[in-house]
This record gives sequence, structure tokens and C-alpha cells, in this order.
Amino acid sequence: MSTMIEFRNICKYYEMGDETVKAADDISMKIEKGEFVAIVGQSGSGKSTCMNIIGCLDTQTSGEYFLDGRDVGSMSKNELASIRNEKIGFIFQQYNLLPKLNVLENVEVPLMYAGVHRGERRKRALETLESVGLSDKLKHRPNELSGGQQQRVSIARALAGKPAVILADEPTGALDSKTGKEVLAMLFEMNAHGNTVVLITHDNGIASQIPRIIRLEDGKVVYDGAPGEEKHNEHI
Amino acid sequence: MNIFETFSLAIKNILSSKMRTFLTMLGIIIGISAVIVITGLGNGMETYMRDSFAELGTNLLQVNIQGRGSARNVSIDQMYEIVQKYPKYFEYLSPSVTVNATKRIGTETITSATTGVSEDYIYIKAYKIAQGRNFEYMDIVDRKKVCIIGEYINTTYYGGKALGDSIRIDAEKLTIIGIAEQKKDEMKEGGTDDFIFIPYTTAARLSRTRVRNYVVSAPNEDLMAESKSILENALYKIFEDEDAYTVLSMTEVLEMLNSMIGIVITILVIIAGISLVVGGIGIMNIMLVSVTERTREIGIRKALGAKERVILSQFVIEAATTSALGGVLGIVVGFLLSGVATKIVTALNSDPITVSPAVNSVVMAFAVSVGIGILFGYLPAKKAARLNPIDALRYE
Ligand SMILES: Nc1ncnc2c1ncn2[C@@H]1O[C@H](COP(=O)(O)OP(=O)(O)OP(=O)(O)O)[C@@H](O)[C@H]1O
Ligand SMILES: [Mg+2]
Repeated sequence: MSTMIEFRNICKYYEMGDETVKAADDISMKIEKGEFVAIVGQSGSGKSTCMNIIGCLDTQTSGEYFLDGRDVGSMSKNELASIRNEKIGFIFQQYNLLPKLNVLENVEVPLMYAGVHRGERRKRALETLESVGLSDKLKHRPNELSGGQQQRVSIARALAGKPAVILADEPTGALDSKTGKEVLAMLFEMNAHGNTVVLITHDNGIASQIPRIIRLEDGKVVYDGAPGEEKHNEHI
Repeated sequence: MNIFETFSLAIKNILSSKMRTFLTMLGIIIGISAVIVITGLGNGMETYMRDSFAELGTNLLQVNIQGRGSARNVSIDQMYEIVQKYPKYFEYLSPSVTVNATKRIGTETITSATTGVSEDYIYIKAYKIAQGRNFEYMDIVDRKKVCIIGEYINTTYYGGKALGDSIRIDAEKLTIIGIAEQKKDEMKEGGTDDFIFIPYTTAARLSRTRVRNYVVSAPNEDLMAESKSILENALYKIFEDEDAYTVLSMTEVLEMLNSMIGIVITILVIIAGISLVVGGIGIMNIMLVSVTERTREIGIRKALGAKERVILSQFVIEAATTSALGGVLGIVVGFLLSGVATKIVTALNSDPITVSPAVNSVVMAFAVSVGIGILFGYLPAKKAARLNPIDALRYE
């Protein structure tokens, strides 16, 4: 297995007045291709910060980040945009669908930015929407869908471009437990198809099902391993 | 993402808030329609001038002899000599004596322009004799009390039977020996078909003046400048004083007037252009608001891989489309207003002036409105494109 994501002494600092918030404080870790990792930790521990750096949405204050062997820190804004488009599929807690576009158009957006032609784009969007069971809602606007359905649209959108890495920041946070389970099942399915999946979650029940857990505290990694072995010094 | 997709996205966004779009476009609509009406008015005025001058004769030279400061004078015979010496440059000559006396038909006073002329005058002015005859040499020499009238007088006062009847000018009674053919489709008082021509000798006696004005026609409009300078040179030889005479070429006057109209129109267009700038600022303002409102959308698009260039062109095209739409509406409004303006101007002027916007001003107006959209849309678009993806995503 080769390495998909590698952090080398990643720090992310925010200057708040004369105080410095260390959202990520010297984090080093490796995630291999095809792994399924859950990042857990208390609110404010730096989970989203890590996720945003992994997803090339944000840049670190110091340290090095390699994505699929490439040094992200040296990339231009345009290259970062391309990398996000090609390699990363985002699933957000608040879905982040475009409200003026219908379901089908929303799923087509990343393909459009990838330069996929109209016909092909439509075909692939339809396929992906079918795989998440939304073929009957193509012309609906996001606000006409339930939370679970919206999240499935955003999953379809993340999958449409066939990215290597799926990043999901609290994808079940706004959903009831049944719908949450469905979403989790989909993440497992993606992982089974060979995607590297990084999931942020608060939910112990969910975290315990994930093969590998990275626990953050005040921007530092305090645990990295299988969920079972952490149980004794537990405090989620 | 190709230009067509960006464009249809822009249309979608514009249509999603019609009222706002309309208000944004208002400045452009007003500016463009003003430009259309003003240039249309300019065209109409030019056409009107050209037509009026064509009626006066663009191949004509008006000669006025002041003789001021000079003991010399030029006789009518000398004028004929000059004209006959250069047949390539001159065709006809006629003295022209304006008669300001009271004209009466029976007991009714009429206002018809009355001019003393030679037998060549009707050729100079391109009238045709419809009934009766033209003046003859002897009418001129003998100062005969005869006249030729326009069809307007014939129809209005004589029921078409004027020939042989008479008109009183002051105490004199002049016999109508000829009636000119109708020139204009619609005749009216003071118009082309309302005139009285009498022999210039008769006119000079009636008005107790000497002949001071002449009209000379040239066979070729293109030689007007040469014809004019030949005439001026000949007159200079006689008077040796440039102030003793003036030679006016109608084409020259027309050109002068046209260039004056051109200047006025240009100034008006510039003033209207200011409202285009104001409209552009309106677009910039609303685009800035729109960028702020859509910060999250921009963040999402960036997360999904939109490059800066794509976001930039999305917003620029949206601004340009808004502005272009305003331009098209402005053109439509401009044309509607041109119709209204035609009615108003015609009513004020009593002669028809058609406010007719030219195709090139329409094309220009459209290009300018698109240009304004791009110019004023660029700054907000740049702002949108530069947004940091994570900041934009977090924006509430
Ligand atoms: N833009 C920012 N400016 C200043 N401080 C920030 C900013 N973003 C995050 N932080 C700080 O960085 C720390 C980590 O934030 P982060 O969003 O990564 O936490 P999190 O683990 O995702 O929390 P949650 O579970 O509540 O989402 C927090 O203390 C937060 O206040
Ligand atoms: Mg978070």
C-alpha cells in the first residue's frame, strides 16, 4: 500500500489579538490508500482544521503536506483547485448544495469544472444519483428535499468525479440515527470500492465501527489506532 | 465549463431576481435610450437640412453686392458677362429682388414670398410651367406688370383658374401669365408652392431699389468650390475690395450647419454618456452586493474545483449580460421614444423631422453597454475570484 495523505509537523495557528490559537499543533500522520479513518475529538480540538488542510481548502502555517506523493504547500491556487476537483470529494455537515440548481445540476458541477462534456457529464451524474437512490428527484431543488436526501445528493456530488479521497466532516451530524446509518453504510461502500475515506465524527457509536481512529486534543494527536484499544482511557 | 454554460448560468441568476436586475439596469436603459434618441434626432436634423437645402438648390451660389466703401459697382450686364465666360462652371444667372410690399387678391391680403427674377429663375429653382408661359426678354426690358405664381395660390385663391387673372402689389395690378407645376405632395402657406415671381425690373421699380442679389447655378455640384472662387475672383477684379461682395455656396452652408449640428449632438451624447457611467456604477454596486450574498456559493464552487478564472468570468459575464440586457431594453425604449420625439419635433417645427436612429448607433450602444458591464463588473468579479475557499465556505 502506498501513502495517500501525509502530514509532517503540520501547524495551523490563528492570531486572535495577542493570543495565538493553535488549531493544529505539530501533527504528523500518514493515511494509506484505501484506508478508512475517523478523526475524533472534542469541539474545538482541530478536526475541521485538519480536514480543510487535507482537502486543500486551507493552507498550513508550517509543516509539509503530501497528497498522493505531491507537496501541496508548493502548489498555486489553480493547481489546488484542480487537485480538489480531481482527487477530493467533500461531504459537509450542512450539505452545501447550490440552492438555485436542481439535484442533477448540483451533481454535475464538479464534472463541469473538470471539463467533462455535456452528454458524458449528464450520464455520469445520473449513474451516481442512481447509486444513491435519488433517480426520482432529479429536477428537485435542494430545499424541496429532506436532510437525508440532501446529504445523499452531496454524496453523489462527491462521488461523481471519482475522486481518490472522500472527506466527510460530520456527515451524519444533522441527520437522525437511521438516516445517519444509511450514510455511514454508503461511506463503507465507497471504501470497499477502494476510496480513501476520512470521516470526522462526534458519535462514539459510529467511531467504534471505523477501523482506525485519530483522536485530537487541542490540536495534537493523542491517539492513533484501532477503536477497541482506546476504550480504557476513554473520554469522548 | 465553456462560455455558453457560464452565460446560461448568468441568465439564470439574473432571472432569479427580476426586480433587482431591472432596477440595476435602469441607468443603462436610460443612458442608452437617451443616446439612441439624441443620435436619431441628429440624423433627422441632418436629413431635414439636406432636404431643405436640396430644395434651395445645392448647386447654387448666392451673390450679394454691398458695394460698401467702393465707388465702383457691378452692372447686371457685367454679371451676365462673367457667367457666360465660364460655361463649364456656370449655367444660369438671375437677379433676385425681394419685394416686401402688400399683396392682395381681391380684398384678401396674402403672405406669399414675392421675388423679382429673370426668365432663367424657374430653371435655376427647377420649377416647370404648368399653365401659361415663362417670362420673356421683353417682359424684363419693358418692366411688364406680369407674374408667375405657385400652384398653392392658384388652388387656394382661384380654384385653379388663376391664369389671366391678377394680383395687386401695392397699387400695381399684375397679370398672372404663368402657373408653376406643383412640386410638393402637400402644399401649405409659406411652402415651396406658395410664391410670386415678377420680372426683376418691375420688382426694382416697385421697391425703389437697385439689384443687389443674384443667384447663379452651376452645372455640376462637385465643382461648387471652383465655381465659387471663379466668381469671387471676377468680382474682386471689379471691386478690388473683398468686403464689397459676398458669394455664398449652399453646399458650404449645409456643411457648416451639419458640422454645427454634429457638435451639438456630440455634446448631448456625452451628457447622456454620463448616465451610462452612473448606470455602470449601479451595476458595480449590485455586483458587489451579489458577491457578498453569494460568498458561500463561491466557496462551494471553489471547493468543487472552480478556478479563479472561472469564478471571475462567471461574475463578469453576469454583469455584462445584465448590462447588455439593459442595453437592448434601452435600444427598444430609444426607438419608442424616437417615435414620440418625431411627433413632438414635427409639431414644434411645422415641418416633419423624423428622429431616426442609425443602425451603427444601435450597434455602438449595444457594444458600449456590454463594455460597461465588463468594466464595472470586473472589480466585484475579481473580489469574488480572490476569495479564500475556506473563508467563503464558512461565511454565514
Ligand atoms: N478562522 C478562524 N479564526 C480563528 N480561529 C479559528 C478559525 N478557525 C478555527 N479556529 C479555532 O481553531 C480551533 C480548532 O477549530 P476546528 O474548527 O478545527 O475545531 P473542530 O474540532 O472542528 O470543532 P467542532 O467539533 O466544533 O467542529 C478552535 O479553537 C477554533 O476556535
Ligand atoms: Mg468542525
